[in-house]
Amino acid sequence: MHFFVILKTLVKNLFSKPATVKFPFEPREYPEGSRGQVVIDTSTCIFCGLCQRKCPTAAITVVRAEKKWSIKRMQCISCGACVDACPKNSLKLDTKYYTPDVTKKEDTYNA
Amino acid sequence: MEGKKRTIIPFGPQHPVLPEPIHLDLVLEDEKIVEAIPSIGFIHRGLEKLVEKKDFIEYVYVAERICGICSFIHGMTYCIAVEEIMKLNIPQRAHFLRVIWSELSRLHSHLLWLGLMADAFGFESLFMQSWRLRERILDIIEETTGGRVIFGSSKVGGVRRDISREKMQEIVRRLKVFEKEIKELSNVFIKDASVQHRLCGVGVVSKEQAYALGAVGPTARGSGIASDMRKLGYAAYKEIAFEPIIESTGDSYARCLVRIKELFQSIDIIAQAAEKMVDGPIDIKVSGTPDGEFFARSEQPRGEAVYYIKANGTKFLDRVRVRTPTFANIAPLLKILPGASLADVPILILTIDPCISCTER
Ligand code: SF4
Ligand code: SF4
Repeated sequence: MHFFVILKTLVKNLFSKPATVKFPFEPREYPEGSRGQVVIDTSTCIFCGLCQRKCPTAAITVVRAEKKWSIKRMQCISCGACVDACPKNSLKLDTKYYTPDVTKKEDTYNA
Repeated sequence: MEGKKRTIIPFGPQHPVLPEPIHLDLVLEDEKIVEAIPSIGFIHRGLEKLVEKKDFIEYVYVAERICGICSFIHGMTYCIAVEEIMKLNIPQRAHFLRVIWSELSRLHSHLLWLGLMADAFGFESLFMQSWRLRERILDIIEETTGGRVIFGSSKVGGVRRDISREKMQEIVRRLKVFEKEIKELSNVFIKDASVQHRLCGVGVVSKEQAYALGAVGPTARGSGIASDMRKLGYAAYKEIAFEPIIESTGDSYARCLVRIKELFQSIDIIAQAAEKMVDGPIDIKVSGTPDGEFFARSEQPRGEAVYYIKANGTKFLDRVRVRTPTFANIAPLLKILPGASLADVPILILTIDPCISCTER
């Protein structure tokens, strides 16, 4: 019969740093390649609408005539399908996540 | 007096110990359970039906979301089924990457389970230690795939991201250090008297019962059935040397031991895969549409998952049917419960590692 087998770990924990980050006082470091929110560079975008067609959640709307690109942030699942599809490499997945919100906003970008 | 008085206690779908929304009507005589009547369907999301709206390439994202813990293996099994129908020969490197990610998700799922188990028998500090270690695995997953829980890295025709040679070596090195830490943690599960007191000898399923009731995964292996779908050799498992881990006693403790040993096995498989991995492309171009049907099986942390896919030559599939491991393990669970005392119910349910959200999809 063994008792208090965890004691060694517990004593070690007393003398080591906390395993958690003191968020929000300490920032959370996102590793490179983390899939956060989609950002667009409207200067290179040609408003072809490929990203809209490839998006599995239909989060993107492109209006070619008005040169308008918009995204429903809450609907986006950060899968990166639009990034892979863009012929001009105008889209990028930022490592930062979209900030939480209480309304389902749509962000619009114009050229 | 004829017979004892019976009480029916509803258990779930919301319960402080059990994070999963399963509902059981427990028929009790005093403190002893004589019968358990399950009802499921509280979180049905209609994901199988969604296949009519999303084309076969997009459906990978839906398949991954069937389960929030073994997400990668769901997505991968779906991809394997579609690739088989379309007769795609995907590059060897993609197969190895799939093995590595599958094992990483097994590591994180088993550590999650160990934590939940510790929490269920009231060992809070053990719970925190398990989840602290699990966080390391999640970090590796995030660095390699970009997501912490939803990997999003499998696609029809291969994988979407590569792991460089240096990164792979670094991961293997980190896992070696990690192995020592889990050794320390698992010692508590294996040796501590308070843990043994709650797990040994309770919830026994004999080998014959487990076989007859169709148990899968650690529930079957804890009862001495050497069933491990990885042995079928899907992805790159045929290139990897490993043996299914089995225990013979069939109680809660045996199921716990199987999962602990599988942690070490997974680390070993990742090291083997990293060594045997060949260079080359990670995906191939997919053109055309699938036509035909296929039955894909894979080993998830909870057991065998079955994907049946029927395609009709258009880009929308006819049918996707998923049999998840928890569904198969509910029958053994109902066998375990009668005879147990009410206080043991949450632990007994947890020992099959239930994942109700994928059971109901
Ligand atoms: S695919 Fe690229 S270029 Fe085309 S509309 Fe989208 S962002 Fe613009
Ligand atoms: S990341 Fe995925 S879900 Fe989000 S906008 Fe792009 S394609 Fe759509």
